[in-house]
Amino acid sequence: MREKILAVMEKNSRIDIKDLAVLLGESEMAVANEIADMEKEHVICGYHTLINWDNTSDEKVVALIEVKVTPQRGMGFDKIAERIYQYSEVNAVYLMSGAYDFTVFIEGKTMRQVAQFVSEKLSPMESVLSTATHFVLKKYKDHGTVLVQEVQDERMLITP
Amino acid sequence: MRNPLSDVITTIEPSGIRKFFDIVSEMKDAISLGVGEPDFDTPWHIREEGIYSLEKGKTFYTSNAGLKELRIEIANYLKRRCDLTYDPDQELLVTVGGSEAIDIALRAMLNPGDEVLIPQPSFVSYLPCTVLAGGTPVIIELEEKDQFRLTAQKLREKITDKTKILIMPFPNNPTGAVMRREDLEAVAEIVREHDLFVLSDEIYCELTFGARRHVSIASLPGMKERTVLINGFSKSYAMTGWRLGYAAAPHVIQEQMLKIHQFAIMCAPTTSQYAAVAAVRDGDGDVERMRESYDQRRRFVLHAFEEMGLTCFEPNGAFYAFPSIKRFGMTSEEFASRFLREEKVAVVPGTVFGACGEGFLRVSYAYSLKSLKEALGRMERFVKRLDGKV
Repeated sequence: MREKILAVMEKNSRIDIKDLAVLLGESEMAVANEIADMEKEHVICGYHTLINWDNTSDEKVVALIEVKVTPQRGMGFDKIAERIYQYSEVNAVYLMSGAYDFTVFIEGKTMRQVAQFVSEKLSPMESVLSTATHFVLKKYKDHGTVLVQEVQDERMLITP
Repeated sequence: MRNPLSDVITTIEPSGIRKFFDIVSEMKDAISLGVGEPDFDTPWHIREEGIYSLEKGKTFYTSNAGLKELRIEIANYLKRRCDLTYDPDQELLVTVGGSEAIDIALRAMLNPGDEVLIPQPSFVSYLPCTVLAGGTPVIIELEEKDQFRLTAQKLREKITDKTKILIMPFPNNPTGAVMRREDLEAVAEIVREHDLFVLSDEIYCELTFGARRHVSIASLPGMKERTVLINGFSKSYAMTGWRLGYAAAPHVIQEQMLKIHQFAIMCAPTTSQYAAVAAVRDGDGDVERMRESYDQRRRFVLHAFEEMGLTCFEPNGAFYAFPSIKRFGMTSEEFASRFLREEKVAVVPGTVFGACGEGFLRVSYAYSLKSLKEALGRMERFVKRLDGKV
């Protein structure tokens, strides 16, 4: 049941528990309990809203930063990551395989603000060897949802 | 001037669905539960294969029977899913949708006066195609008490010495009924006993719900040699607009079907055939994903009917529910027309699929949850009004 709940909720976290129970053919109680358990176990870590900021009047700049680091004695990647992800400007931090170590997503009001964060906060860290900043120009698809097109039902109303 | 028309075609009624479609089209901002096709777009990897074939300039006819590559993939698929072995060169034919396969199979097999058994409620084209092929349609009226399955008794009642073909429309549009292995075995025994042939329309074969999967009647002992199996890509892979289906049949029948296909159609659309190769080869995951999604919505619709006090037997296949409206003392058409006028929701009267569909509606659940909620909410309101509860 877990996987099925997650598959539905990943696309629609606002679904009524009542509806969800009907869809899955389970009791409302069982579904509610399962969700509560998953929240406790941090399988479900939050309920966010997918916003296409481009369609608002708010200015937002998002950058992806490649970060190379040297892990130091007694301080593995996790410790360095923690020093980075504690900043509120940082939206996401991933440890990567390949040419660099961390992918860091940063959100700011302006490019200058982001650049400042990189030059004043991120680069000066002891373990950080180098950074490469890439600004996001346009988001086409996010969290599995296409942002740029409207979905319309183009089927004829009645077909055999 | 002489009458330009054929006597046969003028005796055939236009599809009842057409009539209802015209009424619905005149209704502004009507919403619908009347669609007989998936709400998914064709999965992208399939569409891309079609686009890629165009980029490579694959814009010519294919062989009459269809791309060899596709026929091989279809043979693999039938082996994998139905445990059936077909020779891609001798026993498979790629057609313009399952509809063409129905038509040419009947034309290839019928002599004047041969009787074709058509269980109803069922898809709208079996009857006219039988008549056009010179056969005589004989209707078997299925009943809700049998879960709209074809029973041995019902079959025996209609067999005469002229009976040649039995049409097997399962999983069924519009009822959602499926035939289990034991049901098929009972039918197959009679078919063998009376030396009949079966035209098995298994277009919804991937959409069966619950632990038991679809069984093809062709896979039963002694049945492959007397079965024309019809399938296609429309429902399983959400490819209705590509117009692509196929028939798997004994060579003696396939050979003659191919002849009609060759003269009437030439070959199925090339782009669609290339896309279909990707569908059968790599599409099992898509099928699984869509089936799960239909199954969820199936439960949702059945639950809603229960809440509003409409009886509906549990459909285990396709993407339709077939609730009974008998208790309102209206015909299906009256109910559907009033529902459309008063709540602006289109559903299809059961009678479109045969006279024995009287008292039922076909409700398609190939819609988003949001649309289903809206439409079913209006249905509940309508039903309450009929019950005098509002």
